[in-house]
Amino acid sequence: MYEGVIQDLIDELGRLPGVGPKGAQRIAFYILAADPQDVQRLTDALRIVKEKVRFCSICGNVSQEELCLICSDPKRLLTMICVVEESKDVVAIERTREFKGRYHVLGGAISPIDGIGPDDLRIRELLARLADDGITEVILATDPNLEGEATATYLARMIAPLGIAVSRLASGLPVGGDLEYADEVTLGRAFEGRRLV
Amino acid sequence: MDEAVPHLQVRQLTLQNFRNYDDLHLTFPGGVIAIVGSNGQGKTNIVEAIGYLSTLHSHRVASDIPLIRHDHTSAVIAAEVIRGDRALMVDIQLNTGRANQARINKVAVPRTREILGVLTAITFAPEDLAIVRGDPSERRAFLNDIATQQFPRLSGVMADYDRVLKQRNALLKSAGGARRSNLEAVSATLSVWDEQLVEFGTELMCARNELIVNLAPLVVSTYAEIAPHSEPLSLSYDDSLSRSEERPVTYDPDAVRKAFLQALDTKRQQELDRGITLVGPHRDELRLTLGRAPVKGYASHGESWSVALALRLGSYDLLARERATPVLILDDVFAELDTRRRRHLAERVADAPQAFITAAVDEDVPVDLVGCWLEVDKAEVTQRDR
Ligand SMILES: [Zn+2]
Repeated sequence: MYEGVIQDLIDELGRLPGVGPKGAQRIAFYILAADPQDVQRLTDALRIVKEKVRFCSICGNVSQEELCLICSDPKRLLTMICVVEESKDVVAIERTREFKGRYHVLGGAISPIDGIGPDDLRIRELLARLADDGITEVILATDPNLEGEATATYLARMIAPLGIAVSRLASGLPVGGDLEYADEVTLGRAFEGRRLV
Repeated sequence: MDEAVPHLQVRQLTLQNFRNYDDLHLTFPGGVIAIVGSNGQGKTNIVEAIGYLSTLHSHRVASDIPLIRHDHTSAVIAAEVIRGDRALMVDIQLNTGRANQARINKVAVPRTREILGVLTAITFAPEDLAIVRGDPSERRAFLNDIATQQFPRLSGVMADYDRVLKQRNALLKSAGGARRSNLEAVSATLSVWDEQLVEFGTELMCARNELIVNLAPLVVSTYAEIAPHSEPLSLSYDDSLSRSEERPVTYDPDAVRKAFLQALDTKRQQELDRGITLVGPHRDELRLTLGRAPVKGYASHGESWSVALALRLGSYDLLARERATPVLILDDVFAELDTRRRRHLAERVADAPQAFITAAVDEDVPVDLVGCWLEVDKAEVTQRDR
């Protein structure tokens, strides 16, 4: 154990994902030895990201404003929603330029092993959007793995009674992987070839 | 044997930091190769490596850790495999702390299981007594090894099934406490996993049934030859659905799917109470009987050996008939067998395009059949004349 503030810093760093006790100690002593200006830049970046970046109040995508750039874009169709697991999937689909509607970011996939059930995802928010938004099609673009498939099946069942068309990306995506790893052409094709469920 | 079926042969083998070998290169001819050495010198390690390429696990230990040489973080098994008139390079790197990595012709494959089917081999070893005497999981593992060598894509189905099973069991466990207040919500999520469990499970059960139907006559006739005075051996598929009284009428996918869903429905409350999945291929059994008595618990020591040998040789015949003549590996078994079983095994060895036989002493090898003698002493392998 180190004296007060040093140990506090080590403890805080140790709570970050992927940082173990040894790593936390190394980072702490790196910061202690670093140029004050470098440390200032780091603290600024941390402060600003917390102040400026939040989650879009409509879709849950990362955003610097109340609404993300996509939700605040008047050219985007209001009739289609593409449901993805993470914000990084929005980036991957935007690269294909295939989709003109808006997104809904769930914040993960159903995975009981990790203690994630439907209530831990932004599913209630999705159903609320579907209830009053004039939406005619929902595209389920969860990852092409077992958990993504389970989440899509679950959503399709929840949405079915609402009378909204539900489609799933065409197969052909590398199975077992993450959506973000699919190349643009493959992902674009999967989008075009989506089928109703 | 059908001329159209290609023969498999290991022409070269390289082991790096595998067991007690730091860097070993061997070239093998076809025919019978004897690997002789005292215990602990490393003779079994050579055939263990060949077997690993065919099943992706050791026939001796459950984990990969003991295969990696002490004080190293990875081991390599590489082989040049001849299939008919084609040569293929296959290698796998076993790693501690990260995923293993495999290559075919030096091109990395996304998953190690994609090398299954490149080298097919049947290993018969003292450990095989566990197939006869051990838990049902031993017999399922035996079936899985044959199934994935015959139809490599099944290993993907098995991996998916195992993953869904884990997810479903985790959900059942967590639902146990919350189920009074929240049964409907739990059912909605559970049914999503049911669907996947049934999809993958049905495929596995149909494949297992077909495997047992094809394998049984080959194993039964082999057993009758090795043990002509014993009661007749029979094999049957005791799938977990039949135990739940929802036995499918036939093993076509639709019938199995229907029976599986029905069984899950019947067991729902019990599954919630116990927090585990109670039906599915993870609870299947390969039933082995001699006359009317189950082999396990009733067969003598000699009969148990004969059944294990018949299971392996029957599997060899099945792969040889339907895929390619596999490499035959006999690890330290001749010493365990009586004269009749030895003679039978020697006849099979004589017919095999390539067979590896390990033994502690020359006398435990069918000497007349051997074309290549290798002597192993403290991880040094030398070729010698008889
Ligand atoms: Zn948004």
